[in-house]
Amino acid sequence: MSLGKYIQAFPEYGAERMGAPVASFNRISAEPIRVHCSISEPDLVIVLDPTLMGKVDVIAGLDKNGAIIINTTETAAAVRQTLKLQGAKVYTVDASGISRATIGREIPNTPMLAALVKVSGLFDFETMLKDTEGKLKKKFISKPEVVKGNLDAMRRAYSEVKGE
Amino acid sequence: MAKVVARTGNEAMAEAMRQINPDVVAAYPITPATEIVMIFAKYVADGLVDTNYVAVESEHSAMSACVGAAAAGARVMTGTSSQGLALMYEILPIAAALRLPIVLSDVNRALSGPINIHCDHSDTMAARDFGWLQIFSENSQEAYDGLIQAVRIAEDPRVHLPAMVTTDGFIISHCLDKIELLEDSEVKEFIGPERKAPNSLLNLEKPVSIGLLDLQDYYFEHRLPVAEAMRGAKKVILEVADEFAKKFGRKYGLCEAYKLEDAEHVVVALGSTCGTAKVVVDELRSKGVRAGLLKIRVFRPFPGEEIAAALAKAKTVAVLDRSDSWSAQGGQVFTEVRSVMFDLPVKPKIINFIYGLGGREIDQGQIRQVYDCLQKVEKQPLVQYLGVRE
Repeated sequence: MSLGKYIQAFPEYGAERMGAPVASFNRISAEPIRVHCSISEPDLVIVLDPTLMGKVDVIAGLDKNGAIIINTTETAAAVRQTLKLQGAKVYTVDASGISRATIGREIPNTPMLAALVKVSGLFDFETMLKDTEGKLKKKFISKPEVVKGNLDAMRRAYSEVKGE
Repeated sequence: MAKVVARTGNEAMAEAMRQINPDVVAAYPITPATEIVMIFAKYVADGLVDTNYVAVESEHSAMSACVGAAAAGARVMTGTSSQGLALMYEILPIAAALRLPIVLSDVNRALSGPINIHCDHSDTMAARDFGWLQIFSENSQEAYDGLIQAVRIAEDPRVHLPAMVTTDGFIISHCLDKIELLEDSEVKEFIGPERKAPNSLLNLEKPVSIGLLDLQDYYFEHRLPVAEAMRGAKKVILEVADEFAKKFGRKYGLCEAYKLEDAEHVVVALGSTCGTAKVVVDELRSKGVRAGLLKIRVFRPFPGEEIAAALAKAKTVAVLDRSDSWSAQGGQVFTEVRSVMFDLPVKPKIINFIYGLGGREIDQGQIRQVYDCLQKVEKQPLVQYLGVRE
């Protein structure tokens, strides 16, 4: 939004408990967003937890020209085979590993966000980094190492995400 | 200067409450409205508002405390949802009969059972006849603007009735959206620094008793002014909306007509579904179908004349009800809309869809299906269920 787009973000709430699969939806548009329903035909799918593959149909409705980005140590080709996916692009990045190395904990969210920026080409990465830095600084005012860790994680994921 | 921010429906309502800075808030948290009072309680703890926050043990107590505080002359707000609103039902009509302008945020959620935390309008519709104004919101912006306007409307001496402003549970309450906030000073100026309550319990110049026994001899006469105030509230709602539009640029009415001028097939709906329906209307228009949407924003007072006028030229009409009244004659919105159309010289064919109970998804495909049904309306039953498995 701070980059001049309209946004909509909403979670799909079930009966939440730790470890249960959860889905969340995001729309980004140059025009005001009026629809208020789940996304059934995504352009982009991000899988934060690779153990969901095989249990949840993560490619349901994925556009043939779309892309899926998975947090995994496997290659894009291997994942494509597992998913039996034809069409669409597949990208992988070891966001969990990156976050352990940079943030010190397994929080793959910010590196996956960086991978999304790279794959989608929707935003300028440097602007995105600055915006994220500003937001994290507010939240972690007494923990500058968390801010640095997240920014390092984003830079690494941005350069390490690979696909086919 | 308007500030553009990203806020969920609940955050937007809590923000409006902070800017309104009510004298008293008495509330009990319930999903999916919890955040409204949780965020507001933090504002109280942080000293950002002057509010006396009453943490109570139930919604029944919350509304009772609201009635007491409002009777004492305070500007009073609360927030709840579903079973929480249901636990307030005993007190809601008392607030209206005592002419107390309490403003309540309700996050629409299905009534139990089975237990469900997701959106439908059954909680609000069951409170339809309690003398409260009911304003529905399509999105967070409307919820924010609606809550600020509701304070003015409820406190207007021509109205003096409580008001509930609703959002759709999770769909809006938990959806992060781009909205424009007003400055604190703008809100303060718009609603006025404090509620004027000349007949309050704390006015020692003019002592009054409130909530007395009122039997066959006078009860009826005392109910009538509630009905008159409710009907008269339409004018006040429009005046307040006009002033809001002049000052802040966003225009609201009792209803919103979307591409209705030459529409043959019209859907009537409330709340967040209207946003999705607008997209379907545009899509159908690009294919040459003369589709339109009538959004009912204010359900109480019921804008009957306005609805009849808006639908007079349509060929077919489908009313979408996100609640059921267990009647073969359709849902609450349908029966009322159909009733006002009875006196039209040429009546459009009108049918009812009950949809989205317990948060069942309503998407563009289903709304397209409704417009398809309207194009072959002769074959349709009076009432049908949309998106339910047989």
